[in-house]
Amino acid sequence: MVSVRNLRYVYEGGIEALKNINLDIASGEYMALVGGNGSGKTTLAKHFNGLLRPTGGKVFIMGRPAAEMSVAELSRIVGYAFQNPDHQLFCSTVEEEIAFGPRNLGFAEVQTKERVGYAAETLELEDVLEKPPASMDLGTRRRVSIASVIAMDPKVLILDEPTTGLDADETKALMGIVSGLNREGRTVVLITHEMKLVSEHANRVVVMLDGRIVLDSDARGAFSDLELLKRCSLLPPPVTCLAHRLSHLGVSREVLSTDELVFELTRPGGDRR
Amino acid sequence: MPALRMRDVRFRHDGSSSWALDGVSVNVEEGEFVAVLGPNGAGKSTFCLLCNGLAPHAVGGVVEGSIEVFGLDVSKRSVPEMSASVGMVFQEPESQLFCMSVEEEVAFGPENLGVPRAEIADRVEWALEQVGLKGFNERPPATLSGGQKQRAAIAAAISMRPRMLVLDEPAYALDPVGRVELYSLLRGLVEKHGVTVIVAEREAEDVAPVCDRMVLLRKGRIARDGPPRELLREPDLLVGAGVSPPQLSELAARLRKRVRGADLSFFTLEEAEREISEKVLSRPGGR
Repeated sequence: MVSVRNLRYVYEGGIEALKNINLDIASGEYMALVGGNGSGKTTLAKHFNGLLRPTGGKVFIMGRPAAEMSVAELSRIVGYAFQNPDHQLFCSTVEEEIAFGPRNLGFAEVQTKERVGYAAETLELEDVLEKPPASMDLGTRRRVSIASVIAMDPKVLILDEPTTGLDADETKALMGIVSGLNREGRTVVLITHEMKLVSEHANRVVVMLDGRIVLDSDARGAFSDLELLKRCSLLPPPVTCLAHRLSHLGVSREVLSTDELVFELTRPGGDRR
Repeated sequence: MPALRMRDVRFRHDGSSSWALDGVSVNVEEGEFVAVLGPNGAGKSTFCLLCNGLAPHAVGGVVEGSIEVFGLDVSKRSVPEMSASVGMVFQEPESQLFCMSVEEEVAFGPENLGVPRAEIADRVEWALEQVGLKGFNERPPATLSGGQKQRAAIAAAISMRPRMLVLDEPAYALDPVGRVELYSLLRGLVEKHGVTVIVAEREAEDVAPVCDRMVLLRKGRIARDGPPRELLREPDLLVGAGVSPPQLSELAARLRKRVRGADLSFFTLEEAEREISEKVLSRPGGR
């Protein structure tokens, strides 16, 4: 779905944000792109829908070179929801906001209405279609920005730190919606530094440090190297750290959740040690 | 005299029909580190704004009840008067940093308080050192990372030597390591300089290990108020109030149910490792 070859990106002013990235993202994956501030994760993701163009190397979307496609074309395949929803919201009602993409791309009104209906239902915004986004709380504004991206029916959805500012219930609700979108077949790229979120949702984890990919594996593999995660300014979930500390007593290190650790600690211990 | 004393406080923002705080009574002693926890909309920001008079003086609204900070009735004082003893730090560092250099930023408060020049220079150095930004004097705030901006905002608040520091979700813009460092910094201010610290947060994970007390806010009212160890023995309390408990507390609660007779009350990784090795893994036979 998305392929990146020898990607290099240098910001104006000379900062080399991406140093030689090679990556393939398959259709339907739920991939977490993680790293500390300044690791290059957002810079990389912005290449997937043309918001940034490479300084060197190539990006392919569904087999076609991204260089041959405009941002508008790319946004029909790869949707990007910004970390700060206010950077993408500018209409006076939620309905207009969600309809903007399809209308702008020249969809017929009937089709636009259908897209808006689908996006509003998926993001649970049916009751607030006539309201101004500016009057809504952060969690709702974030759902509006994601709905406006989904309205274009992208095959890939990139979410940049979608849970910043959300409380426990809002986080759970939003991540549930995202899981639903992935189950529908959309490829999800979750940019985050919240490792607990990663352990709960992603099946693949790509870790970046200083403009390079330093680890690319399934979630369990990613959490087994605590030293690497620390060097990347990432904190594994406390239960994973605890499992590592107890590993000399026969506890598996490959623990991603409280459920798993409870199971590990309370299973009959015959096979321990 | 308590650092903060709120009695039956209610606050309604201008233009709103509901009470953001609806009957809050709480005392915070000098030198305490209190975490005010609640989901979005619980009233945390309103609580913070009331501590130095920004509500109602800058953020319009109706206040009922009494609020005293170090014995002074906040409703009868102006914000500038209060800012000598109460420093505020908000969620978004961008909204608080407006000078051309970090040094100007940190000097701004004491200058406005009329502190003598020589002393301002000392305070700036002291504040920058406290927050780990020594040497950053000439840097324009716009060139700092999110974490550095937040620390600069804290330096700008503490250079006024407030007796109390109120922070509204200060870790919002920070990555996990940045959050741990921030809370460690705040704990240091409490222990080394006796500053009273009040922090509003949505999650307990980062603040629980460093605070003395947790106040759970729910729909404008206090649902529970107590030391972290006490509240975290019942993590469902937090969950019910819309706040995620620390993962280890959830683990302890689940293990207490599964492992009969095991009195597990761990709080930190070290304690968890010790208690689990002694009380869970060393049990003979099945678990």
